[in-house]
Amino acid sequence: MSGLLPPLRVFRGILKELRAAKGSTYKKTLAYNYVIDQFRKNEVTGERQCRARQEALHASQAYLCLLTSTRQHLVLHNLYHGKGERTPDQAASMVGLRMPSQPGGKGWEN
Amino acid sequence: MLRSVVRLQSVLDGARPLRKYFTRDPTSYFSLHRKSYSSVLTERRKFYDDVSISQGDGGVYEINLDRRKLKTPGGKLFTAPNEALAIAVATEWDAQKDTLKFYTMHLTTLCNTAIDNPTHRDKKQMITAALKFLETDTVCYRVDDPPPLVELQRNEWDPALRWIENRYNVVIGSSSNILGPEIPKATIDSFRQHLNSYNFWSLTGLEYVITQLKSVVLSLGLIDRHLTVEEAVLLSRLEEEYQIQHWGSVEWAHDYDLYELRARTAAGALFVQLSSESSTAQRKLMQD
Repeated sequence: MSGLLPPLRVFRGILKELRAAKGSTYKKTLAYNYVIDQFRKNEVTGERQCRARQEALHASQAYLCLLTSTRQHLVLHNLYHGKGERTPDQAASMVGLRMPSQPGGKGWEN
Repeated sequence: MLRSVVRLQSVLDGARPLRKYFTRDPTSYFSLHRKSYSSVLTERRKFYDDVSISQGDGGVYEINLDRRKLKTPGGKLFTAPNEALAIAVATEWDAQKDTLKFYTMHLTTLCNTAIDNPTHRDKKQMITAALKFLETDTVCYRVDDPPPLVELQRNEWDPALRWIENRYNVVIGSSSNILGPEIPKATIDSFRQHLNSYNFWSLTGLEYVITQLKSVVLSLGLIDRHLTVEEAVLLSRLEEEYQIQHWGSVEWAHDYDLYELRARTAAGALFVQLSSESSTAQRKLMQD
């Protein structure tokens, strides 16, 4: 079984993730320079370096998976993870009810 | 719930409660007298702008947040054995927006675990703990019913199992018995010998991957680059995926778990490769 993606796709994917994480200044980050450097270094390769290249490709794909999954996980986390308790008003309105209101106050204020 | 815990503690602590938990001094979080190791639940305000790495004594790499050096939760200086790992960790810190979400920083967590060794174990104990999973390995436990799932498990898991048996020249086998397959002692010994060649950092990563995938077979397949992260995670969740096909996927449970498992597994696999790499990197440099 070998589901390795083509190197160029992994390369683009990683840059895309770095950009998503850092915004337009992503080209100044350490990771950007390192990734460009590594992919260039492994670009031209003879038989002898084949193993090292395979290793680098596997690692880069794992890194892409790490970045993508962390981002997707965070999206779902922000969407679904509990943010604390709701107020009685919010809880009531979730099921289509409203808390009773008392125009003159409930008597226990002040 | 968190709020009520804080409230309870503030009652117990008396008069000077909350400030202690929301101190603005960034160093206090990483210092020793903060005894909790559970940074998972807490988020902190981001207290730095710039992240950089520098090479310290003995060729190890350190992380700098503005001018401050990053420390581990145990209070030790944070160091990474090579540039790639240091950059990956620095990127995690750099990617944080307004709050530090420690549960998204898997490589940092793994480095912290390797540096602090919070459970105080040595290599031998870690190998034993990792191989304990072989007795209850996911891919060795098969079902008898329903037939489509039986067939799915046979088609998907058997190749991975056969690959590992050939690669390490061992016998593992599978079983649908509740006691699982009988793993020969020779198999355990031969894995033990193989894992002995890993260094402490790689073992930390490997054990992490094994506990995530609940499988030694799939973890070694991943580390030996027979499987990709996505494939290993899919095989680990095979029965769940089968049930999802029948009953539908629930985003806040299934997808949430899937992405978390993928992120953790990828981090662990990368950590193993990067922390066992320092010698190959040297060799590559000399070739250039």
